Amino acid sequence: MSAIGAIGELLSQFDVIAANPKAQLEKYVAGGKKAIGCFPYYVPEELVKAADMVPFGIWGAEGTINAAKEYFAPFYCTIAQMGLELALNGKLNKLSGVILPSMCDTLRPLTQNFRAAIPQLPFIFLAHPQNRRAPYGVEYTKSQYANVKKSLEAIAGKAITDGDLKDSIRVYNESRAARRKFVKLAGQHPEAVSPMHRSAVLKSAYFMDKADHTALLTQLNAQLETLPKSDWKGSRILLSGILADSRNLLQILADNNMVVVADDVAQQSRAFRLDVPEADDPMTALALQFAGQDYDVLLYDPELNKRPEYIVNLARENGAEGVVILMMQFCDPEEMEYPSLKQALDKADIPSVSIGFDQQMRDFGQARTQLQAFADVLSAKR
Amino acid sequence: MSENPEKKEAKVLLREIVDRVYQSAWDAKNRGEPVGWSSSKFPAEIAEALGLAVCYPENQAAAISAKHGGQRMCEYAESLGFANDICGYARISLAYAAGAECEEKPMPQPDFLLCCNNICNCMTKWYENIARMRGVPLIMIDVPYNNTTEVSEETVAYLKGQFQDAIRQLEKISGRKWDEKRFEEVCQNSNRTAKAWLKACSYCQYSPSPLSGFDLFNHMADVVTARSKPETAAAFELLAQEYEQAVKNGTSTLPYEEKYRIMFEGIPCWPELRALFKPLKAKGINTTAVVYAPAFGFVYNNLDEMMRAYCKAPNSVCIETGVDWREGICRENNVDGVLVHYNRSCKPWSGYMPEMERRFRKDLGVPVVGFDGDQADPRNFSEAQYATRVEGLFELMEANKLEANRGGK
Repeated sequence: MSAIGAIGELLSQFDVIAANPKAQLEKYVAGGKKAIGCFPYYVPEELVKAADMVPFGIWGAEGTINAAKEYFAPFYCTIAQMGLELALNGKLNKLSGVILPSMCDTLRPLTQNFRAAIPQLPFIFLAHPQNRRAPYGVEYTKSQYANVKKSLEAIAGKAITDGDLKDSIRVYNESRAARRKFVKLAGQHPEAVSPMHRSAVLKSAYFMDKADHTALLTQLNAQLETLPKSDWKGSRILLSGILADSRNLLQILADNNMVVVADDVAQQSRAFRLDVPEADDPMTALALQFAGQDYDVLLYDPELNKRPEYIVNLARENGAEGVVILMMQFCDPEEMEYPSLKQALDKADIPSVSIGFDQQMRDFGQARTQLQAFADVLSAKR
Repeated sequence: MSENPEKKEAKVLLREIVDRVYQSAWDAKNRGEPVGWSSSKFPAEIAEALGLAVCYPENQAAAISAKHGGQRMCEYAESLGFANDICGYARISLAYAAGAECEEKPMPQPDFLLCCNNICNCMTKWYENIARMRGVPLIMIDVPYNNTTEVSEETVAYLKGQFQDAIRQLEKISGRKWDEKRFEEVCQNSNRTAKAWLKACSYCQYSPSPLSGFDLFNHMADVVTARSKPETAAAFELLAQEYEQAVKNGTSTLPYEEKYRIMFEGIPCWPELRALFKPLKAKGINTTAVVYAPAFGFVYNNLDEMMRAYCKAPNSVCIETGVDWREGICRENNVDGVLVHYNRSCKPWSGYMPEMERRFRKDLGVPVVGFDGDQADPRNFSEAQYATRVEGLFELMEANKLEANRGGK
């Protein structure tokens, strides 16, 4: 089979998985595995795998909010509302538990609403420290991860040994490395990997055992590496935001000949840019990984300007001609950091556009117009 | 009373205390000393012990809003790129830090920032933005959200570590050495203020109440800006004495007859105080419970307890604690109903309210009605909707009272 043919086949496997989380969940449960729902952000999934269970990403879903209206006024991020909606509609019934972090002002009440609304599902609360680097911050992370570990052990009915956790960390570091490599290759081969495919490959990792995902992705990466250098004539963009999995929005990028060469997306690169470091104690290693996390609107930046600078550099290093910011509606952290990001991009002479969206969005006309105009700006600048 | 030779009323003293906080900040600025901006529930004891002048952006934003400058300032922040659904206080404060003109409540620009996110996470990014705009250091005390009614040892240890770092940073900024004795004195003052505040608030339990609950919203400025000062404690003690006397005399600061008693849930819509008050007055409704009473009652006996006290802010406690506080004051103060402000500026606060509403109805057996509003941006408030909702609450309370009276006969 030609490389293009093999790539197409592999990509369609990722597409199917990314579009059918329900089937994946049912498959794991039917196979005797327990699955744990992992809400945004920075859940130490390694602990779930170490307990021989499958972490399952819950980042809302495209749809309509009905039942969750009993818990939230309309002015809340749809990821949180749709996560609750899924649970209220019984879509999470096959999970054996959920881990809910509390890093933003919508996740705080979501943890409480979820616990109140879905009492039958084992609920694991997670608080991350913002002063995460100082020794007391690392100790705090360790203590919270230890709570998560204990709860997972109760659900799994087995203790997580250091050996289990070290193995899991290795699998995750391999997965992160493969995903980082794929992000580079997808940016280099736009003819082979559309923005929709790119999203499906990255999103499917949330619904698969990471070792299985890495195995498939390693094949894909190997095939992509055999492709000749692309002479792509379209625009090279950097995507920024919480989510970038809307097929409608991604199709508009494709329609305007845009290739995603790098991203600052919470569900994508922000989740896998940093490996767990080597340490004798694997729980310390996990806490040190969180201590090292940075450049994220969800995280306190003691040095104040690192995120805008990071994105400017990321764009430059990857040859991005412009930045498309997918602004999740009602997301305070993204909105609060937008002016600084815009200012830094303007100063660096990198064009940017902010596209408002949420998971209930049906009409993409305005986004289409904005992105068409943006593509024109980029080609005029070339 | 030696602290009050002119026998001024407590409300006059309380107003003067807040004025002095801001005047002291201007004086410090003029002397070339550093001035800080602090979030309202940052451990105020630290800066006070080091003799640093501090201003309070939340208090400033509330004052600007009450004087109808909120919309102008919010729009200024929006012109800088801040979305219009970001907290109105944050938008006002960011506008001011960016140099927007503001005659309603000017205060000196900051030389350092004190941020504690026990109130909300928005605070973290709000202060980071100010630090960037002004190029000043930010001292951050992070209070992770708590899912249980108890504060864990691990959280206390984490907070203590940050507390010690904050002291070291502020020693540098102030150029003064930390004095443990002075700190203890300041803590004693803060405790005295907190206790006096709680005592004053407790007079809402009398029927009729000797005070209009809306008075507490005004006096909150002192608990926010000056809780570590002895004169604040003395003024609240005087306020409590005045209420005590009013109970004996059968008088009240409420300018109409109290027929019904409610809890007003949430921060008031500062730009619309008159509109908020109007239908309450028309129906003889007094606010006898506000969650700010327990929310600012930081009482502690040692450093560990102090850390735990600062974990107890309305948006950092779990739903059980939040419900417990509110139902406690509703019961103590005999409310007939609850009016819930769905505050567009406060996602963490409003995010619990539908579930809390259900619990209030079930546990207290009182009607609960919500309305849409905003603590600072008048564009998010509709006077007509508010009046209709208050009318609805009144009718439900009236029906309950009729039924109770019938049952009584």
